[in-house]
Amino acid sequence: MAGEQMKFKEYLQKRKDAKPPRSGSAVRQADFSLLLLVPYMLAFLTFIVAPVIVAIALSFTDFDSVRTPNWVGLQNYIYLFTQDSTFMQYILPNTLLFAVIVGPVSFILSFFLAWMLAQLTQVPRNILALLIYSPSLVSGVAIQVIWVTLFNGDASGYLNSLLLSWGWIDAPIQWLQDQRYLMMVMIIVTIWGSTGVGFLAMLSGILNIDQELYEAAYIDGLRNRWQEVIYVTLPSMKPQLLFGAVMSMVSTLQAGGIGVALSGSNPTPNYAGDLIVNHIEDYAFNRYEMGFASAVSVVLLIFIFLLTKLVYRFFGNGKKKVAAKQLAYQSDGKPYLMTKGKDQHGRALSK
Amino acid sequence: MGGRYQSNKINPQSFGLSQIKFYVILIPLALLLLLPIIFIFTTAFKPADELFVFPPRLWVINPTWDNFARLFKAMSTSAVPASRYIFNSIVVAVLTVTLSVVLSVAAAYILSKKDFPGKQFLFDLNTLAIEFVPIAVSVPRFIIISRLGLTNLFISNILPIIAMPVGLFLVKQFVDQIPDSLIEAAYLDGASEWGIVRQVIIPMTKPAISTIAILSFQSAWGSVEASNLYINNDAYKTFAYYITSFTSSNTSGVGQGMAAAATLIMFLPNLLIFIFMQAQVMDTMAYSGIK
Repeated sequence: MAGEQMKFKEYLQKRKDAKPPRSGSAVRQADFSLLLLVPYMLAFLTFIVAPVIVAIALSFTDFDSVRTPNWVGLQNYIYLFTQDSTFMQYILPNTLLFAVIVGPVSFILSFFLAWMLAQLTQVPRNILALLIYSPSLVSGVAIQVIWVTLFNGDASGYLNSLLLSWGWIDAPIQWLQDQRYLMMVMIIVTIWGSTGVGFLAMLSGILNIDQELYEAAYIDGLRNRWQEVIYVTLPSMKPQLLFGAVMSMVSTLQAGGIGVALSGSNPTPNYAGDLIVNHIEDYAFNRYEMGFASAVSVVLLIFIFLLTKLVYRFFGNGKKKVAAKQLAYQSDGKPYLMTKGKDQHGRALSK
Repeated sequence: MGGRYQSNKINPQSFGLSQIKFYVILIPLALLLLLPIIFIFTTAFKPADELFVFPPRLWVINPTWDNFARLFKAMSTSAVPASRYIFNSIVVAVLTVTLSVVLSVAAAYILSKKDFPGKQFLFDLNTLAIEFVPIAVSVPRFIIISRLGLTNLFISNILPIIAMPVGLFLVKQFVDQIPDSLIEAAYLDGASEWGIVRQVIIPMTKPAISTIAILSFQSAWGSVEASNLYINNDAYKTFAYYITSFTSSNTSGVGQGMAAAATLIMFLPNLLIFIFMQAQVMDTMAYSGIK
């Protein structure tokens, strides 16, 4: 017993020793290291996190930016889903249609462009990558200048003039004012600008896949490039795919103002191009119903959050232990399940 | 039965016939994506008579600087000269890039190499915040900024955009790769925390730093939110804001040429900075995965 007591005392002493001394350099270091974190966190919490919290709080009030807000419970949310016919009839279907097409298409387009580029030599690859990336260097202003002219509704618009001269149409089409075409143009324009950061991430993700994985997989019976993509390329770049998916989702939902910019009217003709972001701005800055606008914001954030969860699940890259394992091949080509950072016998790999 | 493995498939060192099919797809596609940008270039240099040509023609026959001259003339008639807007934009861009790089690097170092309670939570919160669409919370952001008394100040252009969750995320992925022994060695040499950031962290995260520099430059140079919502004083507004309000009312005829010239002025700095830093950016993106 005495021996155990001694051990316990030793243990306590060790714990005491392990703690940093109360004065001297260690404490100063600790304080100073926190100081380095403070500026970022201050800006981050004030301008990014706090607005979300304020939005949630205001969504339960009738705040109109002048009077003291009153607590109204779930009234804003109930109104949004039961009485707000514009939202249910136009905004929600528009947003869903826009997101369901633009998100996946831009993601898949980015991947295939990156995959093809990765199979070229370096110089042409970098030049083509720059050309493909350049649309996302065009800022919001330019989008309007470019596309309004190209899709101009009279015969002098580039697209109309082209289609007229080919005899595909008899009269110019009001691409941007006609509710039948506005959404289509918005989708095209957004996809055009979508090969951004996510595309670059995927490109370098593919370039960084270990060549031996391919070699081993072919020995193991891989037959063609299609199988190569499915069994080697995609599983090996899951982290970059996830980053790309999140990025394309964010930029899709960020593109809220595009309909107004293209049609030149707010709201867009017969709400054909109004997305959820327009609805928020409409209530906030035209009608000053900040409480209601906040409720719509919260709905959007929840939508994004759920979508992210879905994306994480789709790429199977959650916090589950299993996901940390990936297929690898021994030198003789036999596959085995590898845990990241460990070799096949479970020993930690040293870098 | 296994297929033949060709060793030069991904990242090939030399040209091979098998690559032709990718060129056949990629070159037309890249040109299609580039078409609107070519349109901006040619339109910006078109003389007045070519702007009104019917049917419209993409190419310019007699390029001229007329549109740029007209643009600056039109801008000089407003109360605030265009040069002031450009000056504002440059100051905003330089300060935003500097601050967001320094803040991200310092925070990434702490979040990667120090232990303290709540560390994982802060990083997770930051990763989650990448998905926050800033435009969704523009209302409460506006309320917070006005409550803090940050309206109508020059720094209202800068403060709201210096924290960039994606930037912190990318730098931290890089700092994670720096071996602890390097930092310990710097400690033993008597370096302070800030000294470690300067002498170890910054040199070893240069690719990530150029990436966030590009991203924050793009967001600052093209930012109109502050000028639109937080600032009433015209002397503090940015060039992007001026161009937006100018181009939205000039989309046809001569106005179209000026709008294209203005757009080109907005686009070129983004392009040049990206070209200079492309190689570094690609290095960063290798570590961009969300784990």
